[in-house]
Amino acid sequence: MISRTTLRRIVAGREAGTALGLFVLCLGLWIATPYFATAANLTNVAEQSAIVGVIAIGMTFVILTGGIDLSVGSLVALAGIVIGSALQRGLPVPVAVVAGVTAGVVAGALNGLMVTRGSLPPFIATLGMMSVARGVALMLSDGRPISGFPDGLRVLATSRVMGVPAPVVLMLGLYLFAYIVLTRTVLGRYMYAIGGNEEATSLAGVDVKLYKTFVYAISGLSAGLCAILLVARLNSAQPIAGIGYELDAIAAVVIGGTSLLGGSGSVIGTLIGALIMSVLRNGLNLLGVSSYLQQVAIGVVIIVAVLIDMGLRRRVHRSTR
Amino acid sequence: MRGIAKAFPGVQALAGVDLDVRAGEVHILLGENGAGKSTLMKILSGGLRRDDGDIEIDGRAALLDTPRAARDARIAIIHQELALVPEMTVAENIYLGRAPTRVGMLDHGPMVRGAAALLAQLGASIDPNELVGALSIAQQQLVEIARALSLDAKILIMDEPTSALTERETARLFETIRGLTVRGVAIIYISHRLDEIFAIGDRITVLRDGRHVVTQPIDMADRRELVRLMANRDVDELVPASARTMGKAKLRVEKLSHGRSLHEVSFTVRAGEIVGFAGLLGAGRTEIARAVFGLEPIDGGTVYVDDTAVTIRSPRDAIAAGIGFVTEDRKREGLVLSRSVRDNVALPILSRLAKLGIVRSRHEHATAEAAVRDLRIRTPSVKQLAQNLSGGNQQKIVLAKWLATGARILFLDEPTRGIDVGSKQEIYLLINELAANGVAIVLMSSDLPEVLGLSDRVLVMREGRIAGEFTRADATPERVMACAVGM
Repeated sequence: MISRTTLRRIVAGREAGTALGLFVLCLGLWIATPYFATAANLTNVAEQSAIVGVIAIGMTFVILTGGIDLSVGSLVALAGIVIGSALQRGLPVPVAVVAGVTAGVVAGALNGLMVTRGSLPPFIATLGMMSVARGVALMLSDGRPISGFPDGLRVLATSRVMGVPAPVVLMLGLYLFAYIVLTRTVLGRYMYAIGGNEEATSLAGVDVKLYKTFVYAISGLSAGLCAILLVARLNSAQPIAGIGYELDAIAAVVIGGTSLLGGSGSVIGTLIGALIMSVLRNGLNLLGVSSYLQQVAIGVVIIVAVLIDMGLRRRVHRSTR
Repeated sequence: MRGIAKAFPGVQALAGVDLDVRAGEVHILLGENGAGKSTLMKILSGGLRRDDGDIEIDGRAALLDTPRAARDARIAIIHQELALVPEMTVAENIYLGRAPTRVGMLDHGPMVRGAAALLAQLGASIDPNELVGALSIAQQQLVEIARALSLDAKILIMDEPTSALTERETARLFETIRGLTVRGVAIIYISHRLDEIFAIGDRITVLRDGRHVVTQPIDMADRRELVRLMANRDVDELVPASARTMGKAKLRVEKLSHGRSLHEVSFTVRAGEIVGFAGLLGAGRTEIARAVFGLEPIDGGTVYVDDTAVTIRSPRDAIAAGIGFVTEDRKREGLVLSRSVRDNVALPILSRLAKLGIVRSRHEHATAEAAVRDLRIRTPSVKQLAQNLSGGNQQKIVLAKWLATGARILFLDEPTRGIDVGSKQEIYLLINELAANGVAIVLMSSDLPEVLGLSDRVLVMREGRIAGEFTRADATPERVMACAVGM
């Protein structure tokens, strides 16, 4: 019963439009280039989307509450360097991974405290953290990549579950979890309510500051998880990793139909948004489009996606009035 | 102005009002909150478009559909809420939008000299180069007046210009006004202060419920008569009488003080009792509710619920103490418009409806369904978004939300603002029902018939204090109004 109503909601919702966009894109590429639809390529696309896809989960939460997190790219580097130096010192893989993720969570919680207790605009607080975290990552690593790890971590990137790469499985699992959080839990409801009307939510007795802080911590957590995937994949930790990831994550969220004003959107949309971004990159590569032109194309897609979304929303408004 | 009409959604703000103002006179506009004074003046100054009616200036029809058109017709308005840019200097504010320029650059010299001359005329010792943000409210009001003077207006509208001025500044302002009338300027003066009205006015027009009541020379007007004209109307038949039994004191507030807005306010509300707060805008009604609900830090005073002192520092504490607060601004503070009826009703009690952080949807759904049934909320389903419902039904959602928390004390601030007549009646019935079920209700409203018709007792606020208390039998519109304006 749950699955049926859930299915209906997905079909009726805005995610349908985004999914249609992804479908059309794939169809076009399938026709344009024979290599696109090969198993090897599709696996590659899915693996690539996992990196930004994971951060985009936390970003969706933050944007739903009406905020923004510009620091995630730098947090990926910071968490990665923490994992790298822990491994270099001979600490076991689980310890290193936990240390890295903790660094992400702590930095995210600091973002949250700056926003809620310090009343800083999220843009400013996380812009500051973006620079601080990057600087700390560079300091810890002396600006050099850390590599030469035991095999334990690498397994995470190379192993497969029923033919599907582990990072992709991890990403899908996280999306399922986030979907349940948003639709079924008190926390999820509060996120939508805070983004929809912070004042009214606070008046309803909800500790808005606590939950907002928590949401930024979750964003830091997803940056930490992303760092694990990245370090495992590259088999090295780099202080300059993750540059521009925050923008890719925001793009995935926005293409997925979540409103930057907060209060409406979904993680399913974000997942599709992240897939659209990596399919597009992959397709343009296969078609031999220059990387300069690729940037232009991706920018155009972001703008067009949001324009279409706004148009749909306006029509829905009109028809319900 | 002839037959001016203006409707807002659900409210007929003006229903065919006539007003004639002569050159060189001070014309007083009097009426209680919501009588239509400000709407009429906004129409005259181009801030609002009228639905119907004609305006003639010097015998010629005038359209006045934009502030610009009004300015070209030399009509100036001094707003009650200040409309100045705090980051700019006094002189820049006075000449905002029409600053003297020399080859495209601002020419500060003449601007500062002009501003200084205008301020001197008002007897204000304000430096034209000072930033407006650094001035006191009274000084800002003088700057606003100087700006209106600088427009060299033929018709000057003043909406409660003295509300922040000292006696000396007021006297100075009156001198300036008299100087202007000698030069043939027509002045429309809005104020509640009867002393002022008699000191400066030539003729007076009273508005009530968007209609013209009377226009007469000021020396023919009698204070008591004016108060009666302002307030007296058929006590709304919408409000049904009800017999209730009252229980013990449910809420007791003692010597509640908050900054400049509340001074040692004390009152008691019994279970099943409706206590109404009347008073002019800014008299401190809303502030009481905000302070008790933990939204404003209080400087002093104690709140007792069921004779036990409670400390309330946040809405959470208030809800835990069994207090609910229907705010005056439903859209900004009452509802999450982009969410469903169900989500809104469940919001304050979500943690109670959940187990291990997972919302039990069946409980949630049942709660919302029950609320829709009990409060007769008209919605196709509890999944409908709040923004798609009418004002009256939205207000019922807000009520439902508080009732779901199990609140036994309800503050209702302007519970029927912007709601159509039919829904108003339903809300009134609901309020009566709640009281009959033993809920202690504190009703704050600018709508006098509403307060008088619903309340068992009426407390009148004036300048942050309780200025009077009336039983239901004693509370006539005249008495309450007289008390509110300080007579």
